[in-house]
Parts: sequence; C-alpha cells; structure tokens
Amino acid sequence: MAGAASALFLLDMKGRVLIWRDYRGDVSAGQVEKFFSKLIEREGDPSSHDPVVFDDGVTFMFVQYNNVYVLTAARQNCNAASMLLFLHRVIDVFKHYFEELEEESLRDNFVVVYELLDEIMDFGYPQYTEAKILSEFIKTDAYRMEVTQRPPMAVTNAVSWRSEGIRYKKNEVFLDVVESVNILVNSNGQVVRSDVVGALKMRTYLSGMPECKLGLNDRVLLEAQGRATKGKAIDLDDIKFHQCVRLARFENDRTISFIPPDGAFDLMTYRLSTQVKPLIWVEAQVERHSRSRVEYTVKARSQFKERSTATNVEIELPVSSDATTPTVRTSMGSAVYAPEREALLWKIKSFPGGKDYMLRAQFHLPSITAEESTPEKHPPIRVKFEIPYFTVSGIQVRYLKIIEKSGYQALPWVRYITTAGEYELRMI
Amino acid sequence: MSGHDSKYFSTTKKGEIPELKEELNSQYKDKKKDAVKKVIAAMTVGKDVSMLFTDVVNCMQTENLELKKLVYLYLINYAKSQPDLAILAVNTFVKDSQDPNPLIRALAVRTMGCIRVDKITEYLCDPLQRCLKDDDPYVRKTAAICVAKLYDINAELVEDRGFLETLKDLISDSNPMVVANAVAALAEIQESSAKVIFEITSHTLFKLLAALNECTEWGQVFILDALSSYKAKDARDAENIVERVTPRLQHANCAVVLSAVKVILQQMELISSADVIRNLCKKMAPPLVTLISAEPEIQYVALRNINLIVQRRPNILAHEIKVFFCKYNDPIYVKMEKLEIMIKLASDRNIDQVLLEFKEYATEVDVDFVRKAVRAIGRCAIKLDRAAEKCIGVLLDLIKIKVNYVVQEAIIVIKDIFRRYPNTYESIIATLCENLDTLDEPEAKASMIWIIGEYAERIDNADELLESFLETFPEEPAQVQLQLLTAAVKLFLKKPTERPQEMIQVVLNNATQETDNPDLRDRAYIYWRLLSTDPEAAKDVVLAEKPTISDDSNNLDPSLLDELLANIATLASVYHKPPESFVSRVKAAVQRPDEDEEYLEGQDSGQNESSAPVQDVASTSGPANAPHAPSAAPVQAAPAPSAPMPDLLGDLIGLDGALVPVSEPTAAAPSGPPLPVIFPASAGQGLQLSGCLIRRDGQIFYSLAFENNTAGPLDGFQIQFNKNTFGLAAAGPLQVPSLLPGTSASTLLPMVLFQNLSAGPPSSVLQVAVKNNQQPVWYFTDKVPLQALFLEEGKMERGTFLETWKALPDSHEVSKDLPTALISNVDATIEKLSASNIFYVARRMLKDTSQDVLYLSGKVPYVSGKSISFLVELTALVGSPGVKCAVKTPNPEMATLFFDAIDALLR
Repeated sequence: MAGAASALFLLDMKGRVLIWRDYRGDVSAGQVEKFFSKLIEREGDPSSHDPVVFDDGVTFMFVQYNNVYVLTAARQNCNAASMLLFLHRVIDVFKHYFEELEEESLRDNFVVVYELLDEIMDFGYPQYTEAKILSEFIKTDAYRMEVTQRPPMAVTNAVSWRSEGIRYKKNEVFLDVVESVNILVNSNGQVVRSDVVGALKMRTYLSGMPECKLGLNDRVLLEAQGRATKGKAIDLDDIKFHQCVRLARFENDRTISFIPPDGAFDLMTYRLSTQVKPLIWVEAQVERHSRSRVEYTVKARSQFKERSTATNVEIELPVSSDATTPTVRTSMGSAVYAPEREALLWKIKSFPGGKDYMLRAQFHLPSITAEESTPEKHPPIRVKFEIPYFTVSGIQVRYLKIIEKSGYQALPWVRYITTAGEYELRMI
Repeated sequence: MSGHDSKYFSTTKKGEIPELKEELNSQYKDKKKDAVKKVIAAMTVGKDVSMLFTDVVNCMQTENLELKKLVYLYLINYAKSQPDLAILAVNTFVKDSQDPNPLIRALAVRTMGCIRVDKITEYLCDPLQRCLKDDDPYVRKTAAICVAKLYDINAELVEDRGFLETLKDLISDSNPMVVANAVAALAEIQESSAKVIFEITSHTLFKLLAALNECTEWGQVFILDALSSYKAKDARDAENIVERVTPRLQHANCAVVLSAVKVILQQMELISSADVIRNLCKKMAPPLVTLISAEPEIQYVALRNINLIVQRRPNILAHEIKVFFCKYNDPIYVKMEKLEIMIKLASDRNIDQVLLEFKEYATEVDVDFVRKAVRAIGRCAIKLDRAAEKCIGVLLDLIKIKVNYVVQEAIIVIKDIFRRYPNTYESIIATLCENLDTLDEPEAKASMIWIIGEYAERIDNADELLESFLETFPEEPAQVQLQLLTAAVKLFLKKPTERPQEMIQVVLNNATQETDNPDLRDRAYIYWRLLSTDPEAAKDVVLAEKPTISDDSNNLDPSLLDELLANIATLASVYHKPPESFVSRVKAAVQRPDEDEEYLEGQDSGQNESSAPVQDVASTSGPANAPHAPSAAPVQAAPAPSAPMPDLLGDLIGLDGALVPVSEPTAAAPSGPPLPVIFPASAGQGLQLSGCLIRRDGQIFYSLAFENNTAGPLDGFQIQFNKNTFGLAAAGPLQVPSLLPGTSASTLLPMVLFQNLSAGPPSSVLQVAVKNNQQPVWYFTDKVPLQALFLEEGKMERGTFLETWKALPDSHEVSKDLPTALISNVDATIEKLSASNIFYVARRMLKDTSQDVLYLSGKVPYVSGKSISFLVELTALVGSPGVKCAVKTPNPEMATLFFDAIDALLR
C-alpha cells in the first residue's frame, strides 16, 4: 500500500492560498480554495471540523497554527497519521526558521519557504524534517554565504539528527525530569481519571559524537539485573523514545543508549496510569441567596508532604457570564475577576504541603432571566501549579554516562519538577 | 532570522513585465537574482509570468545555488505551458546532474522528474541512470523517488530502460534512507501496475527489517507500511517479524507506532498460540493509549483506528475505558469519536461510571455532542440487558431537566429500548407523556406516537393524546403521518370504541384523499381494506409481535473490517471505507510539445477544475457513495450526473492531451448495421453524428459516422471525452476528412480505458464534445455499452465458477427480469453471447417449469489491471419472451449496466 500527498498548501484564515507546492500535478489551488470556502460557509469555524475531509475526489488534511492553515491534498490512500504528523513537523520547521509562523513571516521569507518545501517532501512523500540540520544547508538571507553548500552527512546518515564536528569548550548536559499530572474529578468528588505524563527533557552541549547511557530506577531493568527493588523502583506504563535511542537495544536489555542531538530535545516520555491522590484539592460551594446574588465558598488543600512547596498556583473558578460586581476575600494569595475568561482567578505564589486556604466571593446577577431553560456551560475548575524537587512517580536518574572518543569529562545536571497538566475538577 | 522578501511583492504596475525582462537580462548578478525573486513572487500571488520563460531559463546557468533553485521552481510551474522552450533547460539539467556538488546533482534529478513534458522525459533517462548509482546516498535517495515520478509519466520507458531492476537493487543499498525511498517508490509503482513488480521475499524482508532500525522516522513508516502486506510463511515467520517490529511501539512518532500496530495485527492473524497473542495485546495497549494524548488531529486518526481495532480484538483496551472520557477542551471531533469507543467498551463492569460520564456530557452546550451522548445511553441500554434499567433512570433524570432537544433525543432512544425489551418499562410512559407538547422534531414526534399506539391499552387517554396530533395531520412530515396512521389503527383495534372509530375515519380519509404521498396513501388503503374485510386478520397483521432489535454498534461487515485493518493509519481507516471508494488516480496532464498552440490558452498551467457536479463537503466527511455503505442492499446505478454543460470544454481541454488534432484522413469505413444517431442534425445546425462503441480483436473502437447537412464544407474535426466511469478516452487522432455539404464519412476511433476516470457510482454515460473549424463546440451524451468491454479472457472453468459463486456473499447477487429479452435457440444464444465475450459455463433444465437455466461468465477490465468478474444465471422459457437474469459479482453496483448489456444482446 502506498500513498503520497498531491500538494502542500499554506493558507490564510480565509482559506486563500499564500504559498503552495505542487508535488504531483493532480490538484489545483482553485480546488483547495473552493473546498475551504465551502467548509467555512458550512461550519463557520473550520478548526472545529474533522481534520480529514473528502471533497470531490480529493482528501484534505489540515492543521491550524496562528493565522495560517497548513494543508495537504491527496488523491491516494495515503497514511493519514503520517501526513498529519508531518504537517505538525512542518510547523516546527517554520517556527525554527522564522521564530514565529504566521502569514507575515511566510510572505517575508517566501524564497526559503519554497526551498524548504522542496527538501522536506518529494513527490508527496515526507523526506526530512530535522530543522536543525536543515538550517545547515538551507539558510535565510542573513546567514547565507556564497560558498556552495553540500548536504550535511546527517541527512542520509543512520544518525540523521546530529552533525559531526561539533565543538564546545565546556561539555555539559542538563536533564530536566518534568512530570505533569492530568486529573479529572467528577462533581461528586470522585477521581474519574488520573495519569502522569513524564518527560526527560535534555539540553546537550557536547563535543563530537558522544555515546550516552542513561540509568533509571526502572523496576523491569533492576529486576533483570537481580538487584533489590524494595520501594525504590518504579513501573512505567508506556515509554516513548526520541529517535536517537536504540529501540532494539532497549527491547533487548532495557538499556537506554543513544547519540544525542545537539541542543534541546525530549529524550523520552512516559506515562503512569496509577491512581494518584490529587496534589491540590479544591472544593467549591455555590449558593444562590436570591435571584440576583450568588456566593462562592472555596477551599483549597495541598495533599503532598510538608517538605515540598507548590509555586505559582492558579485556581480558575468558572463564574456565570453575566455576573457583576464581585467582592472577594482570601485567606492567602490574591483573586481577580477575569470576565474575558468567565472566571475568577485565585493566585497563590507559594503553597506548602499539608495546608488549607479559603476564598469567599460574592457576585451579583441580573434579576431577569430567559424563560426558556437552555443548558449553561459547565466548565470545570482548573488548577495550575509547579512543585520543584518532586516527582509523583518517584522516578530517579541513577546515572548518565557520556563517552566520547576524545575522552573529555562532561557534567550532567539533573532537576526534577512536577506540574499540573489537564487538571480539572467538575463543579456541581 | 526573519527575512524581508515581502518587498518583492510590491509592483510598479506600469510595464511590469518589460521591466522584469530587462532586469533578468542584466549583467549584474544581484539585479538578476532580485528579478527572479520578483518573478517567483508574482507567480506566488497567481500572476501569469510564463511569457518570461526564455529570460528566466537563461539565468539557470549559475553558480549561485539559491538562484538555481528559484529557476528550477519556475520551470516546474511553467514548463508545461512552454513545452517547446522547456527543451532549452535540458542541457543545464544534464550538466547539473554531473556537478561535483551532490546537492546540485540531486536537485537536478529531482526537478527534472517534476517537469511533466514528454520531450524532457527522454533526456531524463541517462542522468537518472547515473544518479541511481551515485556515490552519495543523498543523490541515490532522490533518484529512487524519481523512478516513481518517471513511471507516472511514462511507465513503458521505465520498464524498457530497466529502471525497475535498478530500483529493486536499491533495497539492498547500504544506506537506510535509500532503502526506505526505494520501498516507497516500488510500492507506488506496484499500485498502478498489473504485473507483480514489488514482492517482499524472505531475502528482502531481512533487508527491510535491518533498515527499519536505522532510517528516519518517515522512512520507517514507508517500510512498515510495505511490511504490512507481507504474507508470512507460517506462525514462526510471523512471530519473527512481530519480534523485530515490536520495539517500534516505543517510537516517539505516532505514525511509526500506528504502522507498527498494523504490522503486528496483520501477523497476529497467523499466530495461533494464545499466550503469544495475549502477550502482544498487552504490549499494544499502552502505546495505543498514549496516542490519545497526541495532537488533536492525530488523536482523531488514532481514535478512528482504535474503533476498528476494538471491533476485532476487544480485549486489548477492555480495561482502559477511562482514557476515552472526554476532556472539557477536547475539540468536538475528538469528543464524538471518544463517545463511539466508550459505547464499544462499555460493559457491566464499568457501566456505572460510563453512565455518569454520559450524563455529564448531556448537559454540555454543543447540541450535536449532547444528542450523541443521549443516544449513547440508549445504545448501552440495548447492548447490556443488565444495565438497561440504570440507563432508563439516567434518561428520566435528563428528561426532567426539560431541555428541549435532550427530551426529544431521549424519547427517540426510549422507543428503541421499548423495542428491545418489550413489556418491561411501560411504567415510565406517563412521564414521557408529560412532554408531549414540547416535541417539534419529526423523529421524536414519530417515536412518541409509536409508543402511544403500541401501548394504547395501558394509556387511559391514548385517544386524547393522539387527537392532539391529528389537528395538524396534513402539515406533518411524512414520517409522523405514517406513525399517526398506524397508531390510530392500533388504538382502534385495541379499543374499538366510538372515539377511536371517529378518529380512524378522519385519518383514513385524510391519508387516502388529501395526500400526495404514495407510501402514506398505500398504507392507508391496505389498512382500510383489512379493517373492512377482516378485522381479526387486521389484528394479526398490525398487532403482530415484532422482532426485537439488537445493538448495532459493532456494525462493520467482517470482510470490510479485514480490509480496513490491513489499511490501518491510512485514509481508508479514517473513513471506514475501502480505498477504491475514494481513491481517484488522475493522470496529470502530460503536455505533448507538438500540440496545437490554440488549445494551450485554456490550459491554465495544466491545472483544471473539474466541472463534474461537486458533492457537498461530505456531510459525514467521508467519501459519499462508497459501495460498502451501511445498507448493504445492491446499489442502483444512479442516473448520469447531469454535468453543467457550459463548463465542459474547459474541463475537456485540460485533460491528458487526449484532445487530438485531425490528421490526414484514411479510409477506414466500418461495415455492419447502420449506427444509431447520437447527435441529430436538428441539434447540430445540420451536422449529424451516428456512432456506437464496439469491440474488435480485443480493442475498443468508437465507430462514428459524420454527415454534413449544412450549406458549407466542414473540416478540422476533433473529439474529446469527459471523465467517465471507465475512463474511456481517444487513443489516437480522429480521422475525418473535410466534409463537403451533403457528404458523410465514417471512421473507427481507437479508444483506451482508464485515462480519465470519474468518481462516483458507476454510470454508462459518456459525455462527448465534438468540434470543427466552422461550428461551435457540440456536446452530447452517448451510452457505454458494457458488451463492448468484456474481456477475451473472461471464460471460467466450471470448478472456478462454482467456487467463486460460493465465495461471494449473497448480498452481491442481483437479479432482474428482462421482459422483452428472448432466447429462441439456446445454442445460437450461447454463440451470440460468446461473440461478446460472455462465455458459456453450464446449463440445466428446470423440470417443473421446463425453463432452461444457463450459467455464463464474463470479465470487465477495471482500474490498475484488475478486472471485475460477472457470474451470470439466465432463466428463460426457450422461444417465449422474458428472461430472468441473475448476476453475482464483487461489484454489484455494476449490475444495472450489466443487465442493460444482456438485454441488448438478447434482442
């Protein structure tokens, strides 16, 4: 089974073609504009429409970013997952090149855009999307030199993400373990869904072609090595690695070995679906005292150990869109009414473990209401926070070995942090 | 590092083109480069700058890579419109393909492949041959794809020059990216060829698995997609592949993961060990779950695929239902798909939690989502007997909220629940009746009326309730009228008192005399007749016990599901439709340089908008008219789409160089019976055309006769065909001499298939345009007689015939009575049919009716070298008119065309 895209389009918000590249000569710009105007006419907002649409013999797949739509048209049964992901990568490449991808930056750089479109896809088949390596041989005006460039070895190498000959005076690696907690609590206070998505974010400043090996307190690995696993080891549900990690090797003996790209990248992501106790618990009571006055009593509790502290806590309490004249009192932090988000934002700079804080707020409502009972929006309470030096999973980096043939010593720096991901508590 | 290219878009209006021309010819490099940028900018905003062709091409010989790329880009866009001038670029291309810099070598070969001009294609061969064996892998990987490009333009050339062998050799290349691109190119070529070109053997399998570990993420997807079609020898072979592919589940790229899942699922079919299967299921679950946290667009594709996977292997995600719970900010298209999967995974174990979720969703603001959530509750009730009561409870809670559309939706699903569990939950009818006046949607009204009629004996005031609907009877939609009619009859049969009797009089009168709807009228007459002749029989009919309905949430046909699972991650798996229902391979226009100048104007750089009637942006966002639409009933070939005529020529002219100029006339007068008139002189201002498609020696011809009844001579005849089901197009020039007034000429125009295919249901319509130098363009339609298409090799052995017949599902059998067809002599008929390549297989006699039954077979060519076979059963009484024709075929939607052919042949 094979399938390729026919063309790639960059469109403005009205669906007009800004720049396009025809790969196979079987669709036209007119076709995509016609399709898009129909879509806008029918849906109003195309971003709420299915991202894969069939029209008049052609399949359109699109992704929106800022004021630009990136779209492919295909006449074949192409790999939809691959195409849509490719569109996201195209956005990443443009972002790398122009800092921001928007209508103006595309116009300002149309020459480079054409060059990139020629390199990243050939005859409708995705080819190469490593922005960093691309920028070694496709340069914007400011960096362009008159010498003729050659394709970097990396483009076709087995190590396609790193060029040779990188030099640093000081060889360093920064490794951030970032866990984000996703939680959904039902209106009856029951935790419906909770999971932790972790990422090992690396920034490498290393010379040459360094061979790295990472050790974690992964239970499967430790057990395989016959070490005691009491309490310290953790189970990771699903691990995803950056393409630099040798997957066959990992499958074989759970060793994480790789030659890293230069600069920042996500080495691995993992997921844990074990039930976690909500780190910050919020209870809100809403009382309607009369037709025109409503009172909120909100309690927030931190349910982690006292030695940790959550910072930059922001609790977003949804408020009816026609509420006015708020009066708010808090036992800690400050609260502001944000009518544009239809919410009251309660911000607490520092929230140590095992503490309770309170908020009371009162709003006025218009006394006249519509007769017809229409459903109201029920947005959940949302919470944002960061807890440094703490991970929910208990993951630990046991070692990070870096070996390069020149034999330099590199310094690894490791940091841990937990943040709130999609942290939602439904209100009654 | 933002650029300032926008300055190139500003124009000076006055004399822009001459100014650019001058700048392009400037001796200063910078000025030249700026001018080319301005030209490209003009091209970008859609201005025609093709007249600068020569000047731009003159800038091609440059050391400056950026400038070279821009000129190449210009060439890709305009070479088609300047085929004669495009040849000017060839020398530089050939030179660049030998440049010491691999970037330039690759660029040259990549660009040449994008220039779809025949003359250039020939010059491409030598550079391509060299580049396929280049030292630099970057050049080889580009050349590999170029072979697929060339194949698309000129397949013969590729085969003759041995490029396919070289391409196959590249599978053993030392560089993984070259291997991956060679795989992609071979897979594409295979798709459009009838011959076996690319087959994975145990040797290549090893190479592919090795390259899989080392190539880029996109290359991994090419290789995995190719692997999924590999048929393993046995369970061990399959296990080996799975073992090598499983590590890909850990890849950060979702497309790699999904394609790996596809390969594993395919190979699992061969593995019999329950342990291995259980283990693999366990391994696939976490990666599938992780896909649900990808970008929303990817989530959408993943969810559509998971929907298929859980239909085949429900246990993979049986414990993971929670990950499909909707988040408040999920886009609506993701929420809708999650709901579908939640219904599929709902079980007695998790139903409580699932219902809580559905209830939550039913109070959100997006009306479509809310409706779907309410329906989901109903579907769970029908699926899980033990949960039905809980579901009813939730529905009643929702009705109490009194949101209009929630109430209506709830009533619709409760009707289904009543049908699934008769005589169980009638106690809630009273609550439903309270909401009678708020119903304003036909489906909800019809459902409520059905409930009242069905349970009339338990509703004290059923007559009053129905009466309240009767006042508006004439204005109600048909759906509601039908239900009202039936409900009134049920009420009367159950409670034959005075009021229902009056009511039934009113309804029957209304339905038989006041309405134009034949369904309603017929149903009313049937009831009337039943009631007046035998009320007991009426009871038996109207109040008969109805079959209980069942859950339809796993509704894909198993063979379709198989096909879709083999297509995981592709568009087919997103649409839940087989690829052939939406893939339209359109050969892009290859411009022949010797073509008449005059017609190039309409060319619009080779891109033309189809004038075929445009489907609405598909309401289901899938392709319409797929042969596997949920209702498996044989699809009647729809009448010809009435294309908007005025646009036709614009469309026609843009197509595949099939517009052929008249060359010297030759005498090729066809003999045989007179041709039917397809375009009368009255319509053609005196020009009359007769014609018919015929088959001769395995070749299709359009046998045509031109008659000039005008006052002056006519010459310069040309013919063109619109896109059609069989992709018929002229294979050579139309050879008609100039016609003096009152003369006529005949010709045989050779035709080819699959040149310009139209999408949509099969149709025999052939739209033709004919032109001459003296008259306007004439459009008319002819029919494609299927009998001209049957292949010489359509004969089937008895055994094969029987096997094929059995293998096809019954839904693929269609039959039709041909009242005017006649078999007067069986042997003569067999001879006649076999002359049209419909071959005799077997014959038997029906004893009781002394009818003859003939079994025949035939094949019609189909896209990409395949063919559609027809297994035929003709039943007739020899000598008397009337033949029953039954046909079984993998493509029942073609049956109507087939019947027409048989009907024509048996006259």
